[in-house]
Amino acid sequence: MSQLLENRVLVVPGDMLADGGLRPGENTYRLHGKIHAARVGLVEYNRGTVSVIALKANYEPKVGETVIGTITEIDLGSWRVDIDAPSQAVLNLPEAIGEPFRPEMVLPNIFGIGDSIVARIVSMNRDGTPVLSTLEPGLGKVEVGRVVRITSSKIPRLIGKRGSMVNMILKETGCQIVIGQNGIVLLNCKDREVEQLVVQVLHKIESEAHTTGLTNRVYEYIKEMKEKSKK
Amino acid sequence: MNVVEKQKLIAEGIRSDGRKFDELRPIKIESGVLPNANGSSYLEQGRNKVLVGVFGPRELHPKHLANPHRAVLRCRYHMAPFSTDPRRSPAPSRRDTELSMVMRSALESALFLERYPHASIDVFVEILEADGSTRCASTVAASVALVDAGIPMTDLVVACSAGKVDGEIVLDLNDVEDKEGQADLPLAYMPKLGKVTLLQMDGVLTMEEFDKAFGLALQGCNKIYEFQKEALKTKYAKSGVKETVQ
Repeated sequence: MSQLLENRVLVVPGDMLADGGLRPGENTYRLHGKIHAARVGLVEYNRGTVSVIALKANYEPKVGETVIGTITEIDLGSWRVDIDAPSQAVLNLPEAIGEPFRPEMVLPNIFGIGDSIVARIVSMNRDGTPVLSTLEPGLGKVEVGRVVRITSSKIPRLIGKRGSMVNMILKETGCQIVIGQNGIVLLNCKDREVEQLVVQVLHKIESEAHTTGLTNRVYEYIKEMKEKSKK
Repeated sequence: MNVVEKQKLIAEGIRSDGRKFDELRPIKIESGVLPNANGSSYLEQGRNKVLVGVFGPRELHPKHLANPHRAVLRCRYHMAPFSTDPRRSPAPSRRDTELSMVMRSALESALFLERYPHASIDVFVEILEADGSTRCASTVAASVALVDAGIPMTDLVVACSAGKVDGEIVLDLNDVEDKEGQADLPLAYMPKLGKVTLLQMDGVLTMEEFDKAFGLALQGCNKIYEFQKEALKTKYAKSGVKETVQ
């Protein structure tokens, strides 16, 4: 094998990771047979593949992901949705209400400009535009709650191993949390104080992602903050 | 008529600001300084102060400017009214427009623009204080900000100038040396790929002098590259401690 660095070393774009014999994975590229990093992150050599775990990455939509977005434009029979991706997503009317389009339908009455929606990416257009659907349960217009933005590359950490982190936050605070893979998180809490606490917790996770024992530390942090607010 | 003798810029091998011929000005780079931008950086090089914000890739407006095959990189180089003495008009000048274009072409080859058709990547450079070689300083800061925005890149872009002052080839010209010197040679370079992305020359150099200045600027680039890496590593090392995600 032609591994050039140790596992989990911090690399910046351009750093050479391997000189042949390995496959380029995520956030890397191959040039003249050599593999280089394309983003700042931690290098990982795994079963013949070199990849970089990005510490910061712009959101790149993938089919099957749940996202939270804002309606920006209404066309005849479709909406354009801003999901913080390189291109705006499209939501076609049949995918929003489960009925075919009829001319007398008034789209702004279903979703208006500025509405937040939870949607799933069902496919990609040929030009790379994501196509959304709101037909499954749990998807659709956001009626209440607070929207918080964190870096999309930190979302896996917020979910945790098999949802451990998000479930713990849910249990400790009683807040309903909807996570968009594009880095947008929707909170639905009992009162403002708890909501504020969860916002702080989210920022803590964002800045301390990739550190060990984070779930436990966040648990302690929530407890401590709850004690404080009681006094 | 009174002949005023021009002040010498080099005396006994030392330049007007006390530097040796091959010495850079002190550099400080910080990344991620603007929370509202997708990526940002702040750079100080001597008296130069540069702030860069990066947005995107995002949908390009107006849409007729969009390219269906690749993203459009848009740069805005702007000098603040208080960046020079005397005050300068805040309206973008012909020079600002040119430097925006120069920076765009210096940075473009480091980006995977074909990955984001129809989109735009916007780089806003604000010169808070100007002290010569600002196009180099801006390019250095902009490439750090692009990495900080999480935009995939082939390499960092480093830039540094060299030139001829009082008959000597010197590195990293400051404002006086730039204005009074005989030649100025800004160079942008991708150190890991060994590719030059920008080379300009203002003034007159012989072939030998050019080779020397080019070599010197290249050395300067390699030194500045270490500062760029440092800036990114200090920001990301904190979050980069060992642990597997999922």
